[in-house]
Amino acid sequence: MAFRDGPFENLKVPLAWTAAVVVIVGIVGAVMLLLGDSRGQSTPEGYGPARAGFEAGAAPVGGALSAPVRWTGNAVDYVKGYFFAVSENRRLRQQVVELSAWRDDALALKNLNGRYEQMLGVKTEPPVPMVTGLAITDARGPFARSRLLNIGAAKGVRVGNPVLSEHGLVGRIMGASSGHSRMLLLTDVASRTPVLVERTDARAMLTGDGSGSPRMDYVRGAGSIQEGDRILTSGDGGGFPRGLPIGIAAKGVDGSWRVKLFSDRSAIDYVRVLLFQDFSQLADQNALNAPPLASLAAAPPPTPAQAAVIQDVATRRAAAAAATAERVRAANAAPPPAPVATPVAATTAPASTTTRPAAARPTTPQPRPAASRPIAPAPVQPAATPEAEPTPAGAAE
Amino acid sequence: MRRAITVRVVGPLQWIIYPALCAIAVTILLAIPFRLFGLNLPEPVLPMVLAFAWPLIRPSMLAPAVLFGLGLFLDLFWGGPLGLWPLSLMAVYGGVLLASNFMAGQATIVLFALYVASTGMAFFLAYMITTLSLGNAPSILAVMGQVVPTLLLFPLADWLIQRFDDADVRFR
Repeated sequence: MAFRDGPFENLKVPLAWTAAVVVIVGIVGAVMLLLGDSRGQSTPEGYGPARAGFEAGAAPVGGALSAPVRWTGNAVDYVKGYFFAVSENRRLRQQVVELSAWRDDALALKNLNGRYEQMLGVKTEPPVPMVTGLAITDARGPFARSRLLNIGAAKGVRVGNPVLSEHGLVGRIMGASSGHSRMLLLTDVASRTPVLVERTDARAMLTGDGSGSPRMDYVRGAGSIQEGDRILTSGDGGGFPRGLPIGIAAKGVDGSWRVKLFSDRSAIDYVRVLLFQDFSQLADQNALNAPPLASLAAAPPPTPAQAAVIQDVATRRAAAAAATAERVRAANAAPPPAPVATPVAATTAPASTTTRPAAARPTTPQPRPAASRPIAPAPVQPAATPEAEPTPAGAAE
Repeated sequence: MRRAITVRVVGPLQWIIYPALCAIAVTILLAIPFRLFGLNLPEPVLPMVLAFAWPLIRPSMLAPAVLFGLGLFLDLFWGGPLGLWPLSLMAVYGGVLLASNFMAGQATIVLFALYVASTGMAFFLAYMITTLSLGNAPSILAVMGQVVPTLLLFPLADWLIQRFDDADVRFR
């Protein structure tokens, strides 16, 4: 029996009802998608194949559309550079003069810092490799602020890598496919970045809210931040290296502390992706797993000669310790010294210090050869010889 | 002699597919990282126009399905949470569909008021979903920065309604 011959032959469902059914199914599907989405977690699993596949298709389109804009910008820069070459040259010369003194200071400080690190045995972070990419598309809404980049996992980009423009930190990678990756901007509502105030080393959490200037939450310490303070990444948690420049602190209209981003100074087109994962990346895993540490429990027994040397050293140390204990005991058993007059005590004070080598050190630090190099050397007679250039002692001309 | 009369059939291709493709194209175009005098291009939610106009033109099973796809496109293209804009757009479509009998034939100013209400509802829904899922409320100023360009698209919605609404009582 055909359907039209059945009891439903004359059944007519209003079109609005069928549309409503589709709407309900769509709403249920959307809710399921929302519950299953893990965008804020920034894990490779949260960046599903659907997003990767979609962006593999969208990236060429965005790249083709953004290319004319980029070419136009380059052409405008070229024309401006041609017409304003003289003033630009004059400005750059002035800048070179100003920066020369800073360069000398930087060289002196770098040298001094290197010596301090060597003396203190500080383990510094090695340089992190980076790759350069281009922003293809730009999402600027209140619920999502991200950019699609034309570099991906094929160039070593991974989820969590920090992204910088020429001015400072821009965001981090939230998903990477083979040839493309998506960068979550610092201003995105899902972005959280541990930061520090450069002046006071106070810690805070930079929280994006979809506006141009992200908010600073959990600022620790009263009076630890003021207008104009430079904000850097703190490196807490290992997501970012320490010291990446972010922006300047400023009071928002709502009374909260916000950060004017350095990256807002110009359009974000070319970016650098730091191939930084976390602190464990900076340690040499091979050195940590080297045999001297790994096989301590299975070390072979010492040879008779080594055992004899070890025994000899242990005997000598025990004898020296016993002699020291005997001297201390004899000193404690001796009668206390008779009180002496004050002038005599004053004159004998230096003599008593000779028995305590640690106290014989001067209380005021003496200038050492490394420390004697001035960080910001001042001219000997600035008023008399204003034309004299301050020259660091350690900087060789 | 009788002249041949050209009958122009207005099917789903004209009032659903082509506008949807236009919305996608303009969304991609507005996502270019272009900046002039420190200002970026606006980023309106173009499918909001369709979510408002389609149920007023006539009920259809295809329209909400396409609208769902447009919402998914926005989420994937903008890198937002999957399901945010499908839910908001479907809520607008469902609400207008329910009230279409009362809204049909109203003056333009009334339609604009209803468009403002629909857009406000969609953005409020998106705002609440984002706040609850991330534990961080988006800036109201930033939300207004997207609401206002979306409201300015009302002439497109009105044109769509005037162009394709045939007021056939069989669809009511």
